[in-house]
Formats: sequence, structure tokens, C-alpha cells
Amino acid sequence: MTELTSKPAPPSGARSMADLKPRIFAWVQDYGVYAAVLALLLFNVLFTPHFLDASNFRTQFVQVTPIVIVSLGMALVIGTQGIDLSVGSVMALAAALVALYLGYGALPALIVAVIGGAVVGAAGGALVSYVGVQPIVATLALLVGVRGIANVLVPQLVEFRNPELIALGSSSVAGIPVIVLIAAALTLIVLFVVRRTTFGRQVVAIGGNRSASELSGLPVKRVLLIVYVISGLLAALAGVLATARLQASDPTSLGLFIELSAITAVVVGGTPLTGGRIRVLSTVMGALLMQLLAATLIKHNLPQSWTQMVQAVIILAAVYATRERANR
Amino acid sequence: MRRTELAAVLEAKGISKRFPGVLALDGVHLALLPGEVHALVGENGAGKSTLIKVFTGVYHPDGGELRHHGAPAAFGTPLDAQRAGISTIYQEVNLVPMMSVARNLLLGREPRGRFGVIDATKMYAEAARVLSGYGVETDVRRPLRTLGIGAQQMVALARAVAVDARVVIMDEPTSSLEPREVETLFGVIRRLRDEGIAVMYVSHRLDELYQVCDRVTVLRDGRVAHTGPLAGLDRLKLISLMLGRELNEVKADGLTRFSRDRHRAADGQGPPAVEARGLTRRHVLDGIDVSVRPGEVVGLGGLLGAGRTETAKAIVGAMPLDGGQVLVAGLPLRGGSTTAAIRAGVSLLPEDRKAEGIVPTLSVRENIALAALPALARAGVVSDAKIDRMVEIFMRRLRIKAASPNQLVSELSGGNQQKVLLARWLAVRPKVLLLDEPTRGIDVGAKAEVQALIDELAEEGLGVLLISSDLEELVEGADRILVLREGAVVGELTGDEVTEERIMATIADDRAHLDGDDRGAVR
Ligand SMILES: Nc1ncnc2c1ncn2[C@@H]1O[C@H](COP(=O)(O)OP(=O)(O)OP(=O)(O)O)[C@@H](O)[C@H]1O
Ligand SMILES: [Mg+2]
Repeated sequence: MTELTSKPAPPSGARSMADLKPRIFAWVQDYGVYAAVLALLLFNVLFTPHFLDASNFRTQFVQVTPIVIVSLGMALVIGTQGIDLSVGSVMALAAALVALYLGYGALPALIVAVIGGAVVGAAGGALVSYVGVQPIVATLALLVGVRGIANVLVPQLVEFRNPELIALGSSSVAGIPVIVLIAAALTLIVLFVVRRTTFGRQVVAIGGNRSASELSGLPVKRVLLIVYVISGLLAALAGVLATARLQASDPTSLGLFIELSAITAVVVGGTPLTGGRIRVLSTVMGALLMQLLAATLIKHNLPQSWTQMVQAVIILAAVYATRERANR
Repeated sequence: MRRTELAAVLEAKGISKRFPGVLALDGVHLALLPGEVHALVGENGAGKSTLIKVFTGVYHPDGGELRHHGAPAAFGTPLDAQRAGISTIYQEVNLVPMMSVARNLLLGREPRGRFGVIDATKMYAEAARVLSGYGVETDVRRPLRTLGIGAQQMVALARAVAVDARVVIMDEPTSSLEPREVETLFGVIRRLRDEGIAVMYVSHRLDELYQVCDRVTVLRDGRVAHTGPLAGLDRLKLISLMLGRELNEVKADGLTRFSRDRHRAADGQGPPAVEARGLTRRHVLDGIDVSVRPGEVVGLGGLLGAGRTETAKAIVGAMPLDGGQVLVAGLPLRGGSTTAAIRAGVSLLPEDRKAEGIVPTLSVRENIALAALPALARAGVVSDAKIDRMVEIFMRRLRIKAASPNQLVSELSGGNQQKVLLARWLAVRPKVLLLDEPTRGIDVGAKAEVQALIDELAEEGLGVLLISSDLEELVEGADRILVLREGAVVGELTGDEVTEERIMATIADDRAHLDGDDRGAVR
């Protein structure tokens, strides 16, 4: 056997296809939603009459607001490797509480509703963090139970005429609906919390590696509890805003299946269900994308089944990109 | 030269691999011959694991060619490589933690009965038989994660060797093994070599290389710095090749690791910084007493499964206890809370860096700052400037090799991940640091630095509890050594008694007690 000593290496060859693939997936996961929203906007500008009308935009945004607010909380929960199925029922509970306490004024009713949401969140969080129940099971129980409570409190649709609450749901500032402004503000707050606060960093770390976080002295159980409380709070707020817009409290059907829309927004935004990453702005974009998509297909007179199938394709694409990247 | 090329089982010809920001491999040539044990060495981040992953189809090279039995080969997936007879033990154990030991060992090859149903009885018997050949006596029906890291590594080894392989690649297989397990491993390696199997062996423990390897390839910054027979290659020369420094420079620095006047504080006085009394947990710990004074380095010796890791975990409250108490500066610590322990100044660097150490989804920067976050924030809002300053200092001081502080920690080489964890713990400025295998997977240069750092911190009054399966490290680093067996302290060595021979003797003594007792060392 002979010795070889170092010699200059030949220039490395062209980049292979196999190396390109993960990059594409990474790009799709990071920026795919933005690109898709842009593409859809462009398509609509070109092919959909009256799309650029202010009133159309308002409608789209107002409709998507509750989903955006709920999905902010969902993104936090999913970031910890959890899931919160109770959000829709929390919205219903909030609607019921608003109807019951509106006699004391709009603000007290809102406060009671939000406290109700926080209590439900705390119950789910306690089950998950202190008792050790799996998130999907704990929040599934709440999904069923809380909707029941809401229906008992207010068995059927109740209309109301409280001017303040109606104003909250329908007034605008500088042409922008108040509830859209609220959603935007909440988005910024959650973004700040995730990026810049100790709590936010701890949430992400716990989702990324729970044992490592425990050994690093993070208050894991408390953080998990708070995450579910926040999710409950946001869902209750979404419930109040939706009620204000409807000008009626409807605990039977308010928020039905919204947990699915919220999870979709989070997933389409590229947040992995395996936790450890939270993408706040992309989540909002995910919600917008699904909304725009549905609106576009409806405007072009395609049946709703089409919307559902296209949405399914987008979800699969998002999950695929996220997974491929993780597997690399 | 011509002949060796022809005979090679597996060969890299000018292999290059680029990651964003680094050229991990740059025109690497390496021929693996049948019946040889080929050492692959180099500093942390030199490209060893990357080269292995190219060989096994995990990564696809950007340039160059892979040859298998002389013919060009491209393994699309690790499975392809495995089918071609290339078996690998990766740096981070990658078995299925929740599955039973037996299933892990025989995965895909389970003995089947009628209707293709897995024959569990046969499987367990077979698994137990195979593992006892590797010195692992355990209940093979238990989930793998209940084994210590070392035992898990033996399972991985047994699994890799059991499949009919022509090439066996081992990436730092001994980093968490005891001397006794290392001997078992070497026995296996020699047997493989005699059967004409090509073995590729990566390790940072140089003395091991000289025991089993025939040839060596040195990687430096992704390039081959040297290839040749190992016999006759001076150890210092090898180090100088790895580090890329002149021989006399390396000589001048010497290989000094722990330089402090050791055993100095051995019979020192003063109240202990941390004191554990009667730590007890059924089947694991049996009334352990340990105390560490400020400025003292206390070593824990013993075999795998003797309860060293468990003792450390119990002290920081990461393991529920049936009895016992931990006192910090004389005050009892709230049990079962690592948060309380860390606040009181007691931290643990865990042994299993993948499962309990790094947060793979976060960057190097965030991993370093993780434990110190509360101190780096005002009113719950983190200060980026403070974090950046701290991270910069540690990355420089520990020479962490990363494309940037914002690179994902999971993309770093194994040794660099270990340094990130060390930085995380140093950043909280603990009073007592429990180090479970602190230099696991760290290269020679960095190892000396880490050891010097431990010395320096002890000098400044830090109390250290040191767990290491590297006896030399334990002896040179510790002022005092407690030897554990079966979850109990069975000997204390102080002053001049702190020698490798005495530790071995104390352990052996215990083994004599064990005769006639069928409990194994690994539980
Ligand atoms: N998936 C990845 N993405 C980006 N960079 C990577 C990735 N894997 C490895 N690298 C980089 O490639 C270089 C070589 O890493 P490699 O893991 O091969 O080192 P190593 O020689 O095995 O080191 P160690 O002794 O620490 O295990 C390092 O700079 C590392 O940061
Ligand atoms: Mg490596």
C-alpha cells in the first residue's frame, strides 16, 4: 500500500438534481403561500370582473377574520406539537355568553365571553400538561362538551340590538372594517410574542424537543398551559366578533368546523405538525389563500365541490413540501 | 496503488458535496479494501459523517464518482446501499426508541411462524442470545429507550453486523461505550476483518485507532490530507495532519488537557455547593450520597448502567425519586423541578445529545441562549443584542464551526452540536455543573480546550461532577472519584488513589461480589 499525500482537488462537478430537490421543497415551504396568494390575486385582476372593487375586498377580509384569529392560537398550539379542536365550540360558548350578559353592556359581555374562552383553554391546557392527556383527545372532549354547554345556555338563535356591539361588527376606520383592524393587531402581537419574548422562544423550543427543554429548566407545563389559554382567548374573541357581525348569537352553528379551517391555514402556511416552528405571517397567508381560492372559484361559477378538491390538493402539496424537507 | 484500486470494495473518486455555505467534501478519494479496518479521522466538521452518508446513499454527491466492486454505483437511498451489503452505524443512534429491544435488533428479519405472523417467543429468545454475545444482558421485551445510550449503541452494532454485510461503517461507535464494551466491539471488528469484510471506523479516540485500524485517511476541511498505513505513523504526526499545523507546534503545545494541580482540593474543607443525601429510586438508585464543593471536580466511575447518569439526573430533579434529598448551599431543593435546580445554580449537560440536548428546529444561536433566556430578557422581551454578544463569545471560545449563528443546529457536525450544548450550560453561569460525557464526539483539539475550560472554571470556584466513560479523562480531570455499582456508591478514591488501575480494581472488586448473582451490569 502506498501513501498518498494531499494534492489539489479537482473542481467539483455540476450540482445534481438530487441536491436541487430539497432546495425546491425548502423554498415552497418558506414562500409557497405568498407566491400562491400573489398568483391568485394576479389571476383575479386579469380574469375576474369587479375583483378590485373595494367592497369585494372588504367582504373577503371580513369573512376570513374569525379564521385568522383562531388560527393564530392554533399556530401556537401546533408549534408545541399539540392541536386544539375545541376552538369552534369556544366560539359558540362566547356567543352564548355575550347573549346572556349583553344586558350589562357590550364591554362586560365581551369580557365575560373572553374569560369563558380562557377557562376552557385552561381546562384543555391542564389536561394536556399536568394530567398528560394527548392534546387531540383532551380538546376533542372539550369540542363536544363545550358546544353542549353553549347550547344549554342559549338554545336557539337570539338577535340583539345593542348599538355598541353592532358598531364593533360593522363600523370602519378609514375604510377598513374594525374587526379586520383587530385581527391585524392580534397578528402583530402574536408575531411579537413568538419572535421576541422569552415565552415565545420557549413555546418553540418545547415543540422542538420537550425533554431538552425540561432539562434546560424551561417551565414546560406552565408554558403549555398558557398556550392553550391563549388559544381559548383568541377563539372566544373570534366568537364575539363573529357574533357582532351577525348581529345575532347563534351557539348552535357558530364556529362549526372552524378548527379544520384553522389547522388548514397553519399547515398551508408551512408550519410542521411535528412542532418546533411557528410561522405567524404565513399562517395568516394560509387563511387568506383558502378564502381567496373559494371566492375565486365561486365567482367563476364553479361548484363548491371544486373548491374542496382544489383545497385538498393545496393541503397535500403543503404537507408534502414540509415533510420532504424534514426527511432530507 | 493500481492493485489496491482494483481490489477496493467501495471507493470514492473525487467526491464533492456542498451544503449552503460550506463545501463539506472537496474531491475526496478513498478506497476501502476487503479485510481492512480503515480509520477515518479529522476535526469536528471535517466531513467524516458527510462522506459516510455519501457512501450509504443518504446524500448524493455533487461531483465525483462512487465505485462498488469496481463498477460505478449510485445509491439512491440508504436501503439501496444496505441491499448492496453496506451496513452502517450512524453517529446518532437511529433505532426506534418506542419499539422493543428485540424488534429493533431484528427489524425486518423477525422470525415468522405460520401465516407470516411474527413468532414473538422465538424473536425474544433469538434477540437475547445475540445480545448476550455483545455483553448486553437485558429484558429484550422492554422498549429500546429504557436502555442507556451505550447499550443502545451495542444493539445498533449487533444489528448492523447481523445483516449480511461486506462493508461495515461505524461513525464514532465508542463515543458512549465503557472500556469493557469497547473491548467487545474490538473483538467484533477483528472478527469481521478476518472474515474479509471491509470496516470503516471513525473515532476521535486516537489510542483506539492504533489498537484496531490498519490504514488511516485524514480529512481536513473536506479534503483528504493524508492516506496510508497507520502502523509507524506517529500519534503527534497524526494530530498535526488533522489540525493542519506543523509537527513541532503540536509538540510544543503538548497534549496537555487538564493542567491544574489536580487532587489539590481533594481533602479540602468548606461547605459543599451541592449535596445529595440518600438518593433512592427502586431498581435504579440505592441510597447514593454525593457532595461537590466549590472548585472541586468529582468524578463518577462505574460500568454502564451503574447509575451514574441517573444520579446526575436525580440531582437536578429530572428523575422522580422514592427517597433522598438534594441540598444546595445547605438549603433543600424542591424535588422534581429542573427549573428550581437551575435557578439554584445546578445544571446538567445530558448524555444523549439528540434526545435530550439539541432542539433541532432552532438555530445555533437559539440553542445556546435557551437555558439563559430569562437572564437575557427584560420584562419577558429578549434582548437580541445581549444574545448576539453572548453567542459570539461562546462560538469563538469553543470554536464552534457553523456557517452562521443562524444555521440550524441539526445541520452541524456531531462534535459541534456538543459544543453548542456546552455553551448553553456555561451561559447560565452555574455554581455546580454536572457533566455527563462532556467531550463525547469532540475532536482532540477541542477536547483539550474543553478540559482546560473545565479546569479554569473549577479554578474560579465552579463545582463539577464529571461522568466520563473515558477513564483517562476521569483520572486526569477529577480530584476525587466515587465508584458506583448497581446504583450504590461502592468506593471512594481520593488523592493518590485516583488512578485508572484503582478504578478498574474497585469495579472488578464489585464484579467479584456479583458472582453467582445473575443480574447483568446493563439493566
Ligand atoms: N445537512 C447539512 N446542512 C448543512 N450543512 C451541513 C449538513 N450536514 C453537515 N453540514 C456541514 O458539513 C460540514 C461537515 O460535517 P460532518 O458532519 O461531515 O463533520 P464530521 O467530520 O463528521 O464532524 P464530527 O467529528 O463533529 O462528527 C460541517 O461544516 C457541517 O456544518
Ligand atoms: Mg460526524
